[in-house]
Amino acid sequence: MRKLYTKKLSKKDQLKNLEPKKETLQFLLSYSKALRVVDCQGVKFGTILN
Amino acid sequence: MNNVEITDAVLVREYMHGSEPALSKLITRHQHRIYSFIFSKVFDRDVAEDIFQDTFIKVINTLKKGKYNEEGKFLPWVMRIAHNLVIDHFRRNKRMPKFDNSGDFNIFSVLSDSDLNVETQIIKDQIENDVKELIKELPEDQLEVLTMRIYKDMSFKEISERTGVSINTALGRMRYALINLRKIIEKHNLVLTN
Repeated sequence: MRKLYTKKLSKKDQLKNLEPKKETLQFLLSYSKALRVVDCQGVKFGTILN
Repeated sequence: MNNVEITDAVLVREYMHGSEPALSKLITRHQHRIYSFIFSKVFDRDVAEDIFQDTFIKVINTLKKGKYNEEGKFLPWVMRIAHNLVIDHFRRNKRMPKFDNSGDFNIFSVLSDSDLNVETQIIKDQIENDVKELIKELPEDQLEVLTMRIYKDMSFKEISERTGVSINTALGRMRYALINLRKIIEKHNLVLTN
């Protein structure tokens, strides 16, 4: 029989300490900073500034 | 400590008025709950990461465009967006299912290589040779029908036409050929299985 050398976490354990990656959070904050909304005659456009 | 005192509603308002740190506080405050919720549905870190990101992109777009009406329900609203994106994810995967081999079920336990390995190939060859030798012991008429049926893959109609006997006679010869083969196998105590 195949030997298992790694202990598999239960689903409950997997749900503990779950956080998104720092890169994801950083991306969201950068996206937010770069996004500008332009109001053009009542219509709003989102533009990303580099 | 100050973070705890500031409500979501205030942070949302500040963000809508251009305060970027307010968004950071909102994300930090709710990231665990939202990410856990998404992960509990998809059970894949990468997918959860993508959905979490898409959720907040929608949040940012809506807030920046001033389309959000604060009614003290920021978290339920974000959770609803995440929930909808999770549903979208499963809908997409239903159309184009992705195979995940990380669970308890291993696909390779049911999908095996149908090609024989060297050992079973040798055994198979031996058995086939044994059967060919056994067939030679059959009476000529039975041997002829069995050979045409099994090795030449002819129908009984074709066999009857070729041998000049009726289909029923060909069927009968085939039947007796198989009965006799079994008798020979039993007589010699042969084991013809893999």
